[in-house]
Amino acid sequence: MDETEVRRTPSVIDRYFTRWYKTDLKGKPCEDHCILQHSNRICVITLAESHPLLQKGKAIQSVSYQISAGCSRLQNKVSGKSKRGGQFLTELAPLCRIKSSDGEEYTLYSCVRGRLLEVNEDILTRPNLLLEKPCAEGYIAVLLPKFEESKSLTDTLLTRAQYEDILLKRSAVKVDQ
Amino acid sequence: MLPLKDKDRPIAVALLGAGCCPRCILRFCCVSLQSAYRQPHEDILLELQRFIHAKVADESCGTAEEIPTDSPPCKKVRVETEQGGELPEGGEEISVVEGKSKICVVCLGVLQDFCNKDFAKKVAETVTSEKYEFDSLVLSVSLPAQLSVREHSAWLLIKTKVREKGLCLGKDDIIQVKEAFKWILQSLLSQQLGVPVVSKSPLEVSVGFTHPETDGDCHFLAAACSGCFKPAKNKLSLFTRMAVAKALERISEESFRRKFPCPPCPPATKCTVQEVQCLHAPVFVAGRYNKFSRTLPQTPWVIDGERRMESSVEELITTPLLASFQAEGFNFSSSGREDVDVRTLGNGRPFAVELLNPHRTRFSPAEVRKIQEAINKSSDKIGVRDLQIVTRDAVGHMKEGEEEKTKSYSALIWTHKAIEEQDLEFINDIKDLSIAQKTPLRVLHRRPLAVRQRVIHTMATRFRDNHHFYLQLRTQAGTYIKEFVHGDFGRTKPSLGDLMKMETDILELDVESVDVDWPPVVTDPGSGENPDLPGSPQHGGTP
Repeated sequence: MDETEVRRTPSVIDRYFTRWYKTDLKGKPCEDHCILQHSNRICVITLAESHPLLQKGKAIQSVSYQISAGCSRLQNKVSGKSKRGGQFLTELAPLCRIKSSDGEEYTLYSCVRGRLLEVNEDILTRPNLLLEKPCAEGYIAVLLPKFEESKSLTDTLLTRAQYEDILLKRSAVKVDQ
Repeated sequence: MLPLKDKDRPIAVALLGAGCCPRCILRFCCVSLQSAYRQPHEDILLELQRFIHAKVADESCGTAEEIPTDSPPCKKVRVETEQGGELPEGGEEISVVEGKSKICVVCLGVLQDFCNKDFAKKVAETVTSEKYEFDSLVLSVSLPAQLSVREHSAWLLIKTKVREKGLCLGKDDIIQVKEAFKWILQSLLSQQLGVPVVSKSPLEVSVGFTHPETDGDCHFLAAACSGCFKPAKNKLSLFTRMAVAKALERISEESFRRKFPCPPCPPATKCTVQEVQCLHAPVFVAGRYNKFSRTLPQTPWVIDGERRMESSVEELITTPLLASFQAEGFNFSSSGREDVDVRTLGNGRPFAVELLNPHRTRFSPAEVRKIQEAINKSSDKIGVRDLQIVTRDAVGHMKEGEEEKTKSYSALIWTHKAIEEQDLEFINDIKDLSIAQKTPLRVLHRRPLAVRQRVIHTMATRFRDNHHFYLQLRTQAGTYIKEFVHGDFGRTKPSLGDLMKMETDILELDVESVDVDWPPVVTDPGSGENPDLPGSPQHGGTP
């Protein structure tokens, strides 16, 4: 008997979100992010499955939202329906810094322009969420793009198909080497 | 005979000389006998003239002239009446011609040409043509703001006359134009329509007057009393009646007299009457609705001018109501609402519709039942029960329900891991579970970000197969059920998945009951039971 079922019906993400990708953030190979864009234009930033952190054998030592001396994403406070007070981020604004137990350091980025609504504080206390459920409880942040930019923001992002193409090309390169 | 006293004589003389109509003169003399105003205005004029020329036993001659001096000499009067004749008696000299075409400088004709049967007939005709159902009405009158300016000017004019006699005339003692006008028109209108004209009635008949020729009369007040005039978004003109009244209270007599003539200038035209507006107070219709479709939104779903989904709960209920009550608009509200893909079963969800400006309002319970049947026949996507006419206050009960009462749901759950029946037992024992829900991502674009504490009172499970089961829940109002099941990225804690230690998702959701006991159940006197609703599918099936 199958212990777990392969879904025949669309999941929550399938029902409400479109998956977009940004690869090799800041030129660093394979540091890929997956942006889940809700039909109401809200974006959830997550790690793509090809990110080094999600590869076998990685363990997380620390997660920090302190981007610089004066800026911590934890200080972000929004209020009211129009989410006043949220930090407005551009595509390459850093969200958080992660240290893995093998000494590597990774920075995760916003990937889209928009107002920062919240960062996931659960991964501070339970970093394993990021590794086990990157597309659910292990999300990084939630952003609200400007209404006028909601269509154009995906111009610089890759579709799932384009992303898979890149993955194929990468493994082809590996084989050649 | 007019109830005028000797002290009123100088007022009457001054105002007649200034160009006031007979009824305005009565007002300034503080005559509060309504029947005096209702007489035809030629009769009032005649009686006024008789009064002016009447010799007072102890006085040898009258007082003021139109030229303000301190010495009151006796002079011969030449007053021409409408007939062109002269009054033979002596008295004061008034050098004014009271003719038919002269428009009153204070009321601008309102108390002259609009206080007769013909005008009342015109108003009555408009009301009848709109075919309202009514047994009373309230008359509301709106006059141009400059009337208060002209009134103020006339008052200043006679204030001095009154002071000379050692008397006091407060502005508040003077009968208002609106009041006198209503005294006359209300009884005429009542006669025409055969219903009483009262101070409070569901039907409001509004008569409005404008006088563009003298709109400029108010403008000097803006400079003299700038604090009173603030441009408000909804007002067409800066010079609202309230603002003008306030300014007149503040402005000094000198400043006023400098900028505005005392008495006011005679107008060339009389007031124009705007179209008579009728407005009936709204009627409230309440009931409970069931929603049998998983593709029906609550309100019309339109994006960029394009309709995305056919019809809506709101439209299916209100369209027949608008037609039956011949109303011009509506406000639909309900005790909470459900998503497009969620059915509402059981007793249904309470709703109330405010029908605006209804032309038909009298419906027997049998007729209301017929409307309910018509709604139910019109579509199999919804069903309505307990349809009834209610009062505005009653609607408050419904909104109470939204915040305070509990709701019951049934959901079809999918589990990632395989389950057995015994794996579900622990859920049945959970009572009053507290959960914390961050604003769900699917509504976060239009709701503030917050954490909501909610209680799941009871749950009951029914096993279907290794990856599916039915979950019934009774929860506090305002609980997001879908997010409780799938966890919403971990932003609802604990979620059903957390409790079962596996990934869970919700495939279907139905509202089983909205635990508000309003509106009251309507029993069919014939059968003694609720009429059946059409097409209520079996629980658990997907329509």
